[in-house]
Amino acid sequence: MVRSLLVRGMIAGLIAGLLYFLFAYLFGEASVDAAIAYEEQAAAAAREASNEAPLVSRGIQATIGLAAAALIYGAALGGVFALVYSAVYGRIGRLTPRETAAVLALVGFVAVIVVPFLKYPASPPASSIDGTIGSRTGLYLAMIIFSVVLAAGAILLGRRLLARFGTRNATLLAAGAYVAAAGIVGYLMPVVAETPADFPATVLYQFRLASFGGQLVLWTALGLVFGALIDGSSRRSGSRPSIDPASL
Amino acid sequence: MAQAAAVPTPLPVAIPLRDVAPWAVFAGVILLSLLYLVGMDQGATSLTSGGMLHEFVHDGRHLLGFPCH
Ligand SMILES: [Zn+2]
Repeated sequence: MVRSLLVRGMIAGLIAGLLYFLFAYLFGEASVDAAIAYEEQAAAAAREASNEAPLVSRGIQATIGLAAAALIYGAALGGVFALVYSAVYGRIGRLTPRETAAVLALVGFVAVIVVPFLKYPASPPASSIDGTIGSRTGLYLAMIIFSVVLAAGAILLGRRLLARFGTRNATLLAAGAYVAAAGIVGYLMPVVAETPADFPATVLYQFRLASFGGQLVLWTALGLVFGALIDGSSRRSGSRPSIDPASL
Repeated sequence: MAQAAAVPTPLPVAIPLRDVAPWAVFAGVILLSLLYLVGMDQGATSLTSGGMLHEFVHDGRHLLGFPCH
């Protein structure tokens, strides 16, 4: 059963990754190109332009490179999503499979993407200092881990409050507790402010909008497609979400 | 959706955690390694040599929100 959910999660993730690629290619690549143009201009002005050929051409990076990253990311994320779904289904209220998938996608998007993005937003090429990649990576990962742990804690809290406050109020209280706790953690985490003063503001804005929009597309597609894939199979095999082994 | 209320909703049946655990461990490790390779390798840390992987998935790295250059 977990195996079949995992397969469905990865299929849903591949579809979500494909949609992500289309969105990122159409709306994100222009700002990546503009950031690289700024980078080359700045390097030329400092007379440190390198003569060595790039390992991978811009044309490859923007097309099959981006597609490969999107599909692998989508499939892997979909697999993790399915594993989490396997562990939480039937344990958060009386939600149906589709509802559980939708709630999980919403909570995952907020905890893994939105909250870390508010503190350490995606940054276009040439807007960060090369030497701080280690600390920036560490802080970004730490922010995701804190956020996910707090979200899990909020769900457990909501479950405990359910009997006393009812579904709606317990959900609101848990969400409020998460926002407050994540806000405190975000406030305490070190600031990263490395964008050069002359980095074009419109490029930064367009890049971050495209980055955020792409993740919104990806998580929405993941939740809906995964929900549809598991719902169809649970209907065929009766009321339970169990999946007929013969269907695979 | 008036007729949906007439059908009694069956209680959702959770999957026993001991069935989930082995998958979570083995598949989880592989899936997280894939995310690591797409998002971070040949960056802050490097398990593979060179810069080919980094360059190939570079635009995805930036747009997906991973720290890069
Ligand atoms: Zn980069």
